[in-house]
Amino acid sequence: MSQKTKAEELEALAAARWRVAAVLTAAMLISYFGFILLVAFDKPLMGKQIVPGLSLGILLGALVIASAWVFTGIYVLWANNRYDKALHQFRR
Amino acid sequence: MNPQQAQTTIGEPNTTAIVFFLAFVGLTLAITYWAARKTKTTSEFFAAGGGVTGLQNGFALAGDFMSAASFLGIAGLVALSGFDGLIYSVGWLVGWPVVTFLIAEPLRNLGKYTFADVVAYRLKQTPVRISAALGTLTVVAFYLIAQMVGAGNLIRMMFGLSYEMAVVIVGVVMILYVLFGGMIATTWVQIVKAVLLLGGASALALMVLAKFSYSPLALFQEAVNQYGPEVLAPGKLVTNPLEAVSLGLALMFGTAGLPHILMRFYTVPNAKAARSSVFYATGLIGYFYLVTFILGFGASVLLGRGAITGVDKGGNMAAPMLAEAVGGTPFLGFISAVAFATILAVVAGLTLSGAAALSHDLWTHVVRKGKSPEHEQLRVARLASLGLGILAILLGIIFKGQNVAFMVGLAFAIAASANFPALLLSMLWKGFTTRGAVASMVTGTLSAVILIFLSPTVQVELLGNKEALFPLKNPGILTMPLAFVVGWVVSLVSPEPEAASRYAEVEHRMHVGAEADEPTPSAPSKTSATATPVQST
Repeated sequence: MSQKTKAEELEALAAARWRVAAVLTAAMLISYFGFILLVAFDKPLMGKQIVPGLSLGILLGALVIASAWVFTGIYVLWANNRYDKALHQFRR
Repeated sequence: MNPQQAQTTIGEPNTTAIVFFLAFVGLTLAITYWAARKTKTTSEFFAAGGGVTGLQNGFALAGDFMSAASFLGIAGLVALSGFDGLIYSVGWLVGWPVVTFLIAEPLRNLGKYTFADVVAYRLKQTPVRISAALGTLTVVAFYLIAQMVGAGNLIRMMFGLSYEMAVVIVGVVMILYVLFGGMIATTWVQIVKAVLLLGGASALALMVLAKFSYSPLALFQEAVNQYGPEVLAPGKLVTNPLEAVSLGLALMFGTAGLPHILMRFYTVPNAKAARSSVFYATGLIGYFYLVTFILGFGASVLLGRGAITGVDKGGNMAAPMLAEAVGGTPFLGFISAVAFATILAVVAGLTLSGAAALSHDLWTHVVRKGKSPEHEQLRVARLASLGLGILAILLGIIFKGQNVAFMVGLAFAIAASANFPALLLSMLWKGFTTRGAVASMVTGTLSAVILIFLSPTVQVELLGNKEALFPLKNPGILTMPLAFVVGWVVSLVSPEPEAASRYAEVEHRMHVGAEADEPTPSAPSKTSATATPVQST
């Protein structure tokens, strides 16, 4: 009986991790390919300067780079807190 | 501000460059000597005994990945075309989050030295390891050719050495690191290089920005004044959206299949450290690309595009020339030595990962069926490193004068098609089978290589034909999904109950880790070498 709940516990843990990983991967895909497709399809928009010296393209490009780091950070925070706690519970 | 006609000493022997370079080689060889005394087992040779901390591995990953091509090449591209360089930088970075989310922790928990450890965990060793080694060695070979040829050209340009001499120096120093110091020396070479490259690039960017009251926007505005508003807008780099998406897919998922990057996750004590190391690496690499962007604009504004193309048509000397303009000859020497160090760290990582495929996958598991004694494994590992190092030198000399820039894109496409699908399926799908894995990896490798051969890059630009059979320069959009579909379909038609029955074990170990890996609460990562888990084969 306890063996079964242990297996279920692991199943839930694995499902949670893959779910978070899939959502964050999708977020990264959207932000990167959104940027690339804007560059491909609307060059004038990307070249528009929001303030002198800063075009929308440069701003968005820098934001994609920042978002890569932020998404990674969100994952690490989630894993270090939620996931590792659950894992610790599971190991007992 | 008028661009001065640059008077450059690039290509002349530069005392500072030689002093800095000798200091770097001296320091890293001293590290290698120290590392050699600590390298007595294959675990130390291939995985630094699992004793690298998350932060150290973050720097080493960055040092493994930031190549001279991205430092000099992207700065040059930005200097000559402005915004377009940013498209490349973004592409090189976005693979890292994917590595964090999907690969780093399961890989660390399931494997020992190579990604084939993970794919072969519950499948038949021999066929899986042979096909994984095929993918690994193909990626490593193309990546090495690109790096060695780049090294020869850059060093010839910066130091005035002959091309062959430059290739031999890079090859010999790299062989010394890997052969004697293994992963411990390679890790520290990569860390030292990452610190030098990030420090050097930051100092250069600060000196440039000092001329623009520390405002990047003022710098960009000055570029607009000189070259018109087009410098801040997308140019000719992305014209075909399909092409852009295909390259994007290869870059994004290729990073998660690069053997020398994957191997670094075995050097940390547990999954938690693997996870945090990618976080550090992503931050460092992202920061580096933003700095490179500023350097490119600085070069175009302060030097002028004409002066840059006057020295090298491709613009590769933009960053060194900029260093000379703002910091004088000594700073040029420092930056040149850093570029040299950068190449060394990358080729060392590549060679070590190729040696792991040859000795751990092919010799230990295929030839000796997992029954090779430790001392023999270590000897084969060292022989493989030596052989690959010599091969790298020969390839560098054979491909002299060839346009090999496309080979890095090719390596990413193969990694995304041959390695990544099989790796992900083996971790996620209970029904994945030996035949499915073999079919996926072989299809991924062959389809990527064949389609690149039929692409405009090789057919039109290299061979001078009128048109190419395959329209795209990068085949990622076709070959990566193909490898997934082939792996899936072949697994469905060739069920392997034995492999499926061991999936529960894989799932447990992938998430929980081996007993030895359990992190002690409140002590995040220990530097002491913990026992590497024993691979159940």
